Amino acid sequence: MTELLKRILPTVQKPARYTGGEFNEIKKDLASVRVRVAFCFPDTYEIGMSNLGMRILYGVMNEMDGVWCERVFTPWADMEQAMVENHLPLWALESQDPVKDFDMIAFTIGYEMCYTNILNMLRLAGLPLHSRDRNDLKNIVFAGGVCAYNPEPLADFIDFFSLGEGEEITVEIVSLYDRAKAEGWTKEAFLLEVAKIPGVYVPSFYRHEYAEDGTLARIVPLVEGVPTKFTKRIVEDLDKAYWPTKMIVPSTEIVHDRANLEVFRGCIRGCRFCQAGFSCRPVRRKSAKVLFDQAVETMEDSGHNELTLSSLSTSDFRGLKELTDDLIPYCADHKINLSVPSLRADNFSRDLMERLQTVRKSGLTFAPEAGTQRLRDVINKNLTEEEILTTCANAFSGGWNNVKLYFMLGLPTETDEDVLGIADLVYKVIKTWQANAVNKKRGLRVHVATAFFVPKPHTPFQWEKQITPEEYLRRCRLLKSHFYSKSITYDYHGPDLSRLEAVFARGDRRVGPVIEEAMNRGAKLDGWDEFFNYSYWVDAFDACGVDMEYYTTRGFGEDELLPWDPMDVGVTKRFLQLERKRAYEAKVTPDCREGCAGCGANCLLKEVDCDA
Amino acid sequence: MPRLLFEKTGNAVWISHLDLMRLFQRAFQRAKLPLKHSQGFNPRPYVAVALPLSVGVESVCELLDFDLDGASVPDDEIRDSLNRVLVDGVRVLDVYEDGQKIKNLALLDCVLTLEYDRGVPEGTAEAVEALFARPSLPVMKKSKNGPVEQDIIPMIRQLRVDQNDGHTVTLEARVCCQNPSLNPMQLAAAVDKYLPEFRPDFVKSRRVALYDAQGNIFR
Repeated sequence: MTELLKRILPTVQKPARYTGGEFNEIKKDLASVRVRVAFCFPDTYEIGMSNLGMRILYGVMNEMDGVWCERVFTPWADMEQAMVENHLPLWALESQDPVKDFDMIAFTIGYEMCYTNILNMLRLAGLPLHSRDRNDLKNIVFAGGVCAYNPEPLADFIDFFSLGEGEEITVEIVSLYDRAKAEGWTKEAFLLEVAKIPGVYVPSFYRHEYAEDGTLARIVPLVEGVPTKFTKRIVEDLDKAYWPTKMIVPSTEIVHDRANLEVFRGCIRGCRFCQAGFSCRPVRRKSAKVLFDQAVETMEDSGHNELTLSSLSTSDFRGLKELTDDLIPYCADHKINLSVPSLRADNFSRDLMERLQTVRKSGLTFAPEAGTQRLRDVINKNLTEEEILTTCANAFSGGWNNVKLYFMLGLPTETDEDVLGIADLVYKVIKTWQANAVNKKRGLRVHVATAFFVPKPHTPFQWEKQITPEEYLRRCRLLKSHFYSKSITYDYHGPDLSRLEAVFARGDRRVGPVIEEAMNRGAKLDGWDEFFNYSYWVDAFDACGVDMEYYTTRGFGEDELLPWDPMDVGVTKRFLQLERKRAYEAKVTPDCREGCAGCGANCLLKEVDCDA
Repeated sequence: MPRLLFEKTGNAVWISHLDLMRLFQRAFQRAKLPLKHSQGFNPRPYVAVALPLSVGVESVCELLDFDLDGASVPDDEIRDSLNRVLVDGVRVLDVYEDGQKIKNLALLDCVLTLEYDRGVPEGTAEAVEALFARPSLPVMKKSKNGPVEQDIIPMIRQLRVDQNDGHTVTLEARVCCQNPSLNPMQLAAAVDKYLPEFRPDFVKSRRVALYDAQGNIFR
């Protein structure tokens, strides 16, 4: 660590997030390292260290001979200011060396509103923002994560994208770089070669042409022989996949300060607004036996006192009973708090929640997303009022008195009746409490929150309009005016951030300059309320002559070429269209276990069958 | 209840007091030394650090009380098992039973290093020495009810000023650390306030030893 940094650290909040040195951090002898990777997470240490994907890939890369992968996070504003004032470039935690010294600079991108952080990190590292201005093989910038499924907003800045799950493709990419560096390839030569790895997309090899009306007309390959379709990569057999049992244990508190065990991948539910539900398919199992062993190994190695089982919908994990039957006694013996979020309101889950209560009583949270059964059918959220109320009744009679209910406003086909349906449902929950509560003196708290619907690529709603912020706020106020009980706390998300999310989720290459302009105007850490400033963005869109409405309220035509069409997540466009049609007919599509709906994602599997 | 003596140096100085307690709780778990848990609704493993150390300050004399659940483990084995699973900069020096009562802890030795990037100004050591020879030296101190003025002289038992090289001056002091307590950085604050022409560019602080009221080493 430099003397300069030592002097800066006492002046910033939570300095431990900048020093590295945690338990299980990986250090290597530079003499034996051929490829240095700076793995950048475009948000703070506390968020990034809570990200499971980053922990897996950190382990995967560091398992490679001759490769040293180090971590880099977005500095908080006080540190950023100190860095700028003192000309201290962005550094990686393990070696404390500047990012600029690294061969490869990797980003994992899980959220559209961290795009300014990516550019800001490149700037703080002292690197040119634009891919075309970085001419050497050294400092090559690549990115993966959910946002890579529509990479176009970042096409100017990132040299290449890696699609899908990173366990295998990352090794192929880094190995190729190892060879390229040894043989002294140019950046161009490397890009040509890396583009041959399935799942790699090099945006500079294609030109996007637009029609008179502004829609995307053509995607023209500029280099002969480059692919025109990019299929995401997946790991087929999760039991054999790399799992980091020796995880870094942060020395300072992070957001999810606990061990995290992923129990399976994919989702059988098909909620029509949910990007993860479609883009993470097909469903792949992991066996309870392997999971239990990994849990024990992880807990013993890390010394954590909390373990969480994670997945998109843990109740749908086939081995849940077997795993929890083993884990609950183990955790009780070792005084480990076992948490199982993302449970559905079914009987087994209720029973499981009871059994988990031996340690601590957490809150009860439902995400009905919509207020009426009709609209829940439209979005294919298979959660009925009866299920919610039965679960609430059981919970209230068991002494709970705190419920959170999450909804979205602005969903396709939503009417005022649907909005008021939310109020109706909330009153039924209150009535259920009155009928079932064991101790009414403690009172009931119902937290209701509404979010502004953001249409996402690779979902049946990818073509949908987003309603205007004014209309969204009108619906919020309408709902608010129908909440009379003092038990209700109602929060609604501001529309500005969700509007920008909608722009960048479905953005094309023309929004790239807007991100750069907004960052230059001061936009950063947009996901943090204390920093989000909508006016930077409004000004940036104005300055770049880009119309937000084009990406939000306009909606996309089904016959339109979509910027993310070349990205293949397994689910076919035809299936998404079919699901959209069913949505408009308020027809539910049963979950994948009741019957395969034919989404197409099983075609990604060669060795195993879809576990839906 | 057993006690351990540990040091906190290097990178680890940036770990806050609360984070350090969590770090030890996990280290005990990793070392397969189960801690006794507090009773009640939300059981917590029991560890207690005697004198919370400010972030950024080094120490070679930290004390941590703990209580193990289950069979007794030899003290040396506890020390070695913990050291195998701790982070760089946190190192257990000794483990022992029957430590003195924390309420008898009264004084500590600290070393402040005043760094002067453009060289130590002529006469710094003399001026600093003269400053601490004054009969009273009020310095502002942060408290729960906002800043209050505190006379630091009655809490300084010994003080020695040395210029080691062209760029640093060290202040070795023995100060009160309980009822009342003096944060050693207040010595640097006094230099800043009363000797602005000798204000250092940076100050490093290190805690080196603990004593009872009679000046005997506190264990």
